Amino acid sequence: MSMPRILEVRTRILKANDETARSMRREFERAGVLVVNVVSSPGSGKTSLLKETLTRLAARGEAVAAVVGDLETDNDARRLAESGVPVRQINTHGLCHLEADMVAKHLTGWDLTGLQYLFIENVGNLVCPTSWDLGESLRVALLAVTEGEDKPLKYPGLFNTADVAVITKTDLACACEFDRDAALAAIEAVRPGMPVLETSAKTGAGLDAWLELLGQRRRSLTGG
Amino acid sequence: MHELSIAMRVIDLAEVHCRAEGGGQVVAVTLRIGRLAAVEPHALRTALAMAAVGTLLEEATLRIVEVPVAIWCPGCEREVDLPGLVPLACPACGTRSGDIRRGDELDLESLEIMVAEVPA
Repeated sequence: MSMPRILEVRTRILKANDETARSMRREFERAGVLVVNVVSSPGSGKTSLLKETLTRLAARGEAVAAVVGDLETDNDARRLAESGVPVRQINTHGLCHLEADMVAKHLTGWDLTGLQYLFIENVGNLVCPTSWDLGESLRVALLAVTEGEDKPLKYPGLFNTADVAVITKTDLACACEFDRDAALAAIEAVRPGMPVLETSAKTGAGLDAWLELLGQRRRSLTGG
Repeated sequence: MHELSIAMRVIDLAEVHCRAEGGGQVVAVTLRIGRLAAVEPHALRTALAMAAVGTLLEEATLRIVEVPVAIWCPGCEREVDLPGLVPLACPACGTRSGDIRRGDELDLESLEIMVAEVPA
């Protein structure tokens, strides 16, 4: 009669994803590429912010590319490609988040020599992307003024994993009776000390500060 | 429903460990899930039951240890457990702290395996 045996495993469940992500991060950081993972709920302005970001960085002569995750369609890739920079679409066909190997697969055979910034627009979802490291050096969580100031309190896991929060669509703040102090307090409660930027992709407000932050983070990778 | 992706990773990992020990069946799996990990235990349980069919975990009992959030409080100079997820602030003195010490785990803690008997 055999007896059950206990195996103490004590391993991260997402170990395989973490290892892929870690090796991607190492390669990108060595090459001086700032990889930015943009997460938020659907409709909070990821694509609009990124389109402006890609356009403005490219106009400054920076080498930029983007991958965008959606369940279906390449609509967002086409919108982002209007900026003139290389863009690839990842269709997850039902999966609610991106995983490191999906990103890696979509980067193969893509000549990104000299790249300075790679943006990953995650699937719009405030829960599922939380634990999936994509090899990014910067995770940015968006909160649109149209969403309700307490979103970070409702989805603390995701906001807690972010390095920077960006409040988007500030041009609509007045119409939405957006309570800025409440939003800032909610972000602070979930991730004390996290930098918060306020932007409007439509008017351009706050975008200089956003680009400045990206530039600083990239320079810190290369030790410049 | 990222719990299904997580369940599949649990199965992959558990099978690798079980086979490394000579195979057999996994009779119990213990996971440690931090409350900040954005994983819903009931959904994970359902997902694992579905995904385990036809694997070494088909008959396995799932134990989920939910881990409350603990932060380092610089004010009190000690680790403190939080009653909930937010705010990330010391319940005793109110000092904010993002220095999370527990509560973001997503770990395969242990397996109980029944190794197939080798005939003498």
